Amino acid sequence: MTVTLNPLYRFDTFVVGASNRLAVTAAKAVAESPGTVYNPLFIYARPGLGKTHLLMAIGHAARAINPRLVVEYLTLDEFVEAFHAAIAAGHGEAYRKRFLDVDVLLVDDVQFLTHRREMQAELLRLTDALQVANRQIVLTSDRPPAEIEALDERLIRRFTGGLIIDVAPPDYETRVAILRRKAEERRAGFDQDVLEAVAALGIDNVRELLGALNRLVAFQAVSQTPLTAEQARMLAGGESGETAERAEPAEQPSGQAGPAVGLVSNASASPPTPSSPSAPSEFDDFLSEIAATVAQQVDAWRGRVKAAILRWQGEGFRTAQLEALLEQEMVADPARALREFEEDIERLQSLRSEAVALAPELEGSTAFRDPADLAAAEEALRQAREEGAPPPAPSPIWRLDGLVETAANRVVLEAVRAVAAEPGERYNPLVLIGGPAVGKTHLLHALGNALGERGGPIACLSAPEFTGELIEAIDRDAVAAWRARYRRASAFLLDDVHLIADKDRTQEELFVLFNVLIGSSRQLVFTSSGPLAELTGVEARLRSRLEGGLVIELPQPGDAVRERVIARDIEAKLGAADPELADYVASRPAGSIRAAQALLQRVLEAATERGVPPSAALAREVLEEPAAAAPASRRPAARSSGIVPAGAAATRSREKMVWEWPGLADRVIEEWR
Amino acid sequence: MSLVNFTAREITCKIVYYGPGRSGKTTNLQYVYGRVPESRRGRMVSLATQTDRTLFFDFLPLELGTISGFTTKFQLYTVPGQSYYNATRKLVLQGADGVVFVGDSQARRFDDNLESLQNLQDNLLAQGVDIRQLPVVFQYNKQDLPSDLILSHEEMDDALNFRAVPSFAADALHGSGVFETLRGISEAVLKRLAVGSTVA
Repeated sequence: MTVTLNPLYRFDTFVVGASNRLAVTAAKAVAESPGTVYNPLFIYARPGLGKTHLLMAIGHAARAINPRLVVEYLTLDEFVEAFHAAIAAGHGEAYRKRFLDVDVLLVDDVQFLTHRREMQAELLRLTDALQVANRQIVLTSDRPPAEIEALDERLIRRFTGGLIIDVAPPDYETRVAILRRKAEERRAGFDQDVLEAVAALGIDNVRELLGALNRLVAFQAVSQTPLTAEQARMLAGGESGETAERAEPAEQPSGQAGPAVGLVSNASASPPTPSSPSAPSEFDDFLSEIAATVAQQVDAWRGRVKAAILRWQGEGFRTAQLEALLEQEMVADPARALREFEEDIERLQSLRSEAVALAPELEGSTAFRDPADLAAAEEALRQAREEGAPPPAPSPIWRLDGLVETAANRVVLEAVRAVAAEPGERYNPLVLIGGPAVGKTHLLHALGNALGERGGPIACLSAPEFTGELIEAIDRDAVAAWRARYRRASAFLLDDVHLIADKDRTQEELFVLFNVLIGSSRQLVFTSSGPLAELTGVEARLRSRLEGGLVIELPQPGDAVRERVIARDIEAKLGAADPELADYVASRPAGSIRAAQALLQRVLEAATERGVPPSAALAREVLEEPAAAAPASRRPAARSSGIVPAGAAATRSREKMVWEWPGLADRVIEEWR
Repeated sequence: MSLVNFTAREITCKIVYYGPGRSGKTTNLQYVYGRVPESRRGRMVSLATQTDRTLFFDFLPLELGTISGFTTKFQLYTVPGQSYYNATRKLVLQGADGVVFVGDSQARRFDDNLESLQNLQDNLLAQGVDIRQLPVVFQYNKQDLPSDLILSHEEMDDALNFRAVPSFAADALHGSGVFETLRGISEAVLKRLAVGSTVA
């Protein structure tokens, strides 16, 4: 609804003469320090003397000095229209607020306030509010405020309180200056006496004066010889016989709108005879009409561009590219520019619909509104895709029904089953505590899989992986996307929570994530190597939250469990039970079930190597031969949480050696931060 | 042929005067030629027989100068009216941006007008151009002849102009209606600029 400022209406394109110097000075002062001098500034002048030009020049200059200023130009009609629309839509307050954010408000043609009581009241309120907030208001009218019929006294007083200034019709010298300036702008060379002759005609409406000049330019373009002063006078509306008469009174600005400046409407009636006596008037007529048609048609693209702007703005897209087109005099291929713009919009729409499918909250995102910035939209989609990617899932090889239940671990398993049956309701968070190789990870992933059967993405990962992802996200400046990914999880299971010790940022993120998930009753499960109270380097607020759920300790698996696991493994790998072998392997000294499984693996490999079936005898041979055992036992089990079974030695436990660092450089960055 | 070349900032209009033999097509061009300042017209090319009948075609290039930033050129062509020159007519018609159908107002030429109009339609169709999509105006020439010999403007319209396109009464010999016709076809052609026939 607001008209953009015409780029040609600037102070440097305004010809200053005695008649308008004061108004221009005041306007410049206002533009330089809006809201402080002359507020409100009221400019009045007859039509065609440059009110709108001055008004827009204030806007341009104010913005040039401080680009952050909000400058709004509108005519009174638009002001009224917007008011009525706002009232009709029940947004009267929003309408008022909208103008209160404007730093420089430029209102054109306020003479139309006549008999509009409600608009006068509105303008009064606005003027007061803007003045109080030191915002500038500039108004123009074709007559002084006191002469605007039925104008509220209070408004008149407000206007008088600022500065009321008029623009008088240009004097002869100013008219010559205007003509010369505009002729230069149009790159039309006229003799000085031609312009003077036109200026002497006494056309004191600048718009009409420029109309006369346009006529000269058009005829000059088709004429072989330069126009003479006499021809110019005829073209511009004077009569050759009246020259002497006109020259003098032109000096006195008449009270009326000047002599009737009937531009020559039909050149054939009084041909200017530019080239030869046999005036090719029919051709000239033809030419000027063709010129008009071409100009109209060539400019028709403006109409199309404007229509496109309205359309796409209405659909919520930014149209700065198209608006920039309108500011150009000529566009190489407007149809192509429009087509390209529309292609960009199409691309935006497809990006948006893909993004919205991934993340419905992006529906109103501004990233998908600017066709000039497809990169932002693509970035937003990329983030949506990233957020849309599921968080790390539990390893499918571990299932709850694969767990060996004994009297010792029954309590834990019951708790885990309860959580699987009613996630987020019974024990939230569930913290599983246990020493190395008691099966925490196994249990965690198995629970994750059970939760996953209920639908929704399950996040199941170890604390170092969590930290590693966070560091990567920080590195890529995509923390928000990373967070969103976890916040969408229907359950969050974190292995080895004790490893977040001293990692402040990880703890902070985990804390926030914890609150988000707990707040929406989503299940959280943690494992820790030791009692929470003994965790050092973990913030108290996080620790206390972990303790708020169910903290339960996993017992060391007894020989019975070990025996059953080994027996099951043998059965799974050989296809038949071999109790003797199982007994023997389970009875071997091993720190954990994993270690025992590694022993079994060695026996199986040796059997394959020698081409004999695995048996207790073979196992004895293999396992009691230390030299041969060494190479096989060095490798950790196929899938562990980066943990290696402890040897029998009581020296430093290899279990706690982290074998794969998630990139040393990342760690350095994290600590540095 | 392209009407508007935005890259070269050029508008070129090819206008073809069509109609039965001796209806006054060449006369139209000659009148225009006589009214155009020398600097703006090219040489009028006329290939005529000894009896001054158009043998091949007439060609009159007009340079209208720079209008709204576009170098504007008009090319006026006539076709030979006699029916046995149909190949030439087809050739000249190729790429026309607009057609002036010059009809002979004499009552005795009534059938010739119809036949020529039919021929125009056929020739356009052969080039894949639908006459309804092409700017066409009618000029009813020789309206200066005694009224008992000719059909009036309205009667000519009734007979030929069933699509109600602009039509002009003319006396090409003395020039009345010539520029009106040219203006009429030019505007019809130029208005297509807006419709987007912007083949560069």
